[in-house]
Amino acid sequence: MNQARLERNGIAFACMILFVASLGGIFEIAPLFTIENTVEKAPGMRPYTPLELAGRDIYVREGCYACHSQMIRTLRSDVERYGHFSLAAESMYDHPHQWGSKRTGPDLARIGGKYSDAWHVAHLKSPRALVQGSVMPGYGFLAENRLDTQSLAPALTALSRAGVPYSDAQIAHAEQDAVYQADPDALNEDELIERYGDNVQVRDFDGNPGRVTEMDALVAYLQMLGTLVELEALNPEEIAR
Amino acid sequence: MNRSIEILIELVAVLIVMGLGIAILGWGRDTGYVLQGWLIAGVAGWGAMWLINRLNAPTPKIPLQYKDEVTKWAVLACFGWGVLGFTFGGLLAWQLAIPALNGDMAWSNFGRIRPIHTTAVIFGFGGNALLATSYYVVQRTSRARLASETLPWLVLIGYNLFVLLSVTGYPLGITQSKEYAEPEWYADLILLITWVGYLWLYLATLARRAEPHIYVANWYYLGFIVVIAMLHTVNNLAVPVSFAYAKSYPLFPGVQDAMAQWWYGHNAVGFLLTAGFLGMMYYFLPKAAGRPIYSYRMSILGFWGITFLYLWAGSHHLHYTALPDWVQYLGMTMSIILLVPSWGTVFNGLLTLNGAWDKVRTDPAIRFIMVAILFYGLTTFEGSFLAIRPVNTLSHYTDWTVGHVHAGALGWVAFITFGVMYKLVPWLWQREGTYSLRLEAWHFWLALTGAVIYVGAMWNSGITQSLMWQTYDASGAFTYSFMESVDAMRPYYTARAIGGLLYLLGALVGAFNIYMTINGPRRSARPAEAGPLMQPAE
Ligand code: HEC
Ligand code: HEM
Repeated sequence: MNQARLERNGIAFACMILFVASLGGIFEIAPLFTIENTVEKAPGMRPYTPLELAGRDIYVREGCYACHSQMIRTLRSDVERYGHFSLAAESMYDHPHQWGSKRTGPDLARIGGKYSDAWHVAHLKSPRALVQGSVMPGYGFLAENRLDTQSLAPALTALSRAGVPYSDAQIAHAEQDAVYQADPDALNEDELIERYGDNVQVRDFDGNPGRVTEMDALVAYLQMLGTLVELEALNPEEIAR
Repeated sequence: MNRSIEILIELVAVLIVMGLGIAILGWGRDTGYVLQGWLIAGVAGWGAMWLINRLNAPTPKIPLQYKDEVTKWAVLACFGWGVLGFTFGGLLAWQLAIPALNGDMAWSNFGRIRPIHTTAVIFGFGGNALLATSYYVVQRTSRARLASETLPWLVLIGYNLFVLLSVTGYPLGITQSKEYAEPEWYADLILLITWVGYLWLYLATLARRAEPHIYVANWYYLGFIVVIAMLHTVNNLAVPVSFAYAKSYPLFPGVQDAMAQWWYGHNAVGFLLTAGFLGMMYYFLPKAAGRPIYSYRMSILGFWGITFLYLWAGSHHLHYTALPDWVQYLGMTMSIILLVPSWGTVFNGLLTLNGAWDKVRTDPAIRFIMVAILFYGLTTFEGSFLAIRPVNTLSHYTDWTVGHVHAGALGWVAFITFGVMYKLVPWLWQREGTYSLRLEAWHFWLALTGAVIYVGAMWNSGITQSLMWQTYDASGAFTYSFMESVDAMRPYYTARAIGGLLYLLGALVGAFNIYMTINGPRRSARPAEAGPLMQPAE
């Protein structure tokens, strides 16, 4: 259809805009769902445990992504500072992704295990007490807030509707599992590991064994970031880019 | 359409929104979320009453004039959100310079405040500027009154309700974290309903036009409306947890979510902050300068070039990430080609001023518009440059991006808005001119100084940052720790905050000038402005 005719018909003009503008998305986004090697196979990946998920939701809620990326690029300076470059598979259960766009603070994709729980708690409460000159806000209130565990079962249900393979048992025990994971004396640790695999870390994260707080959840999340995939076991050919 | 059928359809839409609000306030569990439910139900309930009253009242006689009352409110909303958004931007800037300002409370920390700034400036300030000017322009260029008496108000109120819900939600922690798409599912639904109304209104008004051709400015406004509808819908697909929670989980996982997000994010810039404002340029620049558009052909090429290419460019936000390489290269290529229609448009704008260059000197409003076009040229050049992979290794994740964003935001979006408002407000309120040309000039210089300091500081800090991250010593170890790069930012963060303060001061001077203009005396005789030609009522 030529411009002179389009200019005389508003609806045709709008349809033409929609058609022309949709091409980019159709050719760039749609294939990502169908081309198989977009997301490589990575042994060790599993959905988040309820406690980690709660921590992740807090990470989203507080806007940590505004200052932290979770995406180690394939560049030498990224890999040497932060570790093995991030794989697509490592965010395959992320709704939404947290790759970020700004590094006011360092990348966190492999922060898990770098520091002790106590360091994280102290740092989150008062960053400048530990790292002089840091511009990170303090999040002391997280240690006071009791974690809302009631919302976890519906949250897992919603995620399973979005395609995360949570089993019925995982959903049914979501609330319980969250509490067990933050309780060093939990008798049912085995159940949790049975449901989520043996790379689940079970302990009291916030140094306050009496309560499950938002701090427990956030630290549990930080401590598992980047630790799931057995990077040595990867086939270099498959992940080569 | 028959008037009562139209009002009935609108009533159904408003009642759906009201039902949503009632469901939230009934089932919601967190106080903040419940309050949002009350807000939705209250506004929608008020809207429903208003519509029912209209339905009962006898059909009013529709004047043979342009419908400008609603445009005036959109202008006021634009200034209100603008001042709020700049203030929050200033607050953020100071928080980075003096971190104690975070207050370490839940609602006051940087991460929660940042989206208040971006939403208030992009959707509050920019969006209302586009609503106001699109209503104004579509009527003049079509020589027809807006196609509905009620819908323009509902669109304005629905849209501002969306912005209000968003910015009040963030300090409470209600966000889905996707940049510029942070609002949760219920606010997204309200925007979607509003947007359908906006599109319908725009097309129906165009359909009444007394001119055979649809004027260029309307192509851009239409592009803005249609593409934002598509982007908003796809990027916000999500599974809500339940009515009890504000929370939802986006439908797409990891890589696909990242690609959809930056396809959206880049084109929110491309179609809200660029296409919409180019629509503004194509109407107000020739009007203000008294010169016709330089080249009709160039505007066709520019329009379709931008509409096609922009949507491919989003992946340049994801260079060297886990996104497949072919998408990254495609994004880079399209981003570079995008420079052609962008600069074509820049030349088209600047050459339109040929024969009216003296006005750039004497009329601050035209000076605002001209400098805006220069900034648009600078930013699109820089954008294509940053999309090149090796350059991106230097700029990505650093303040350089923030500098780039604000060259566009402060220099292009806000400058053209101010320039246009200084013309539009006297026309709308029928004043001789603005209250004070000197204040306009003050605003111009404050804004320009502020923008240059801001962007300059961020270029410096961004490049410093990335060089510090990539410098190795002789033994192959990093020369600088991350913290050293944070320390090095301090002077730049302070400079940026000062630049932002100047910019805010300028905007306050502007708001005062507009306020005094509106409060000032009416123009004595109304010069003949061509009115709508068609009989507006069926
Ligand atoms: C205003 C920006 C900002 C925000 C928001 C922010 N951070 Fe930080 N973060 C920093 C900076 C700067 C550093 C580096 C200095 C330091 O360690 O405090 C840092 C460091 C860290 C570190 C240590 C990383 C390392 O490798 O040493 C962790 C963990 C962390 N932040 C977690 C978080 C979490 C979790 C949140 C959200 C609750 C958050 N940050 C929000 C700026 C921010
Ligand atoms: C007084 C004027 C302004 C000041 C002081 C200001 C300040 C800021 C600050 C401090 C940030 C956060 C940067 C960071 O995370 O390091 C930011 C982000 C942002 N601002 Fe502004 N801003 C101003 C005006 C505007 C305007 C007018 C717009 C748009 C029309 C805008 C759009 C944005 C966007 C899109 C971001 C996110 C950038 C990114 O993600 O890279 N700002 N601003």
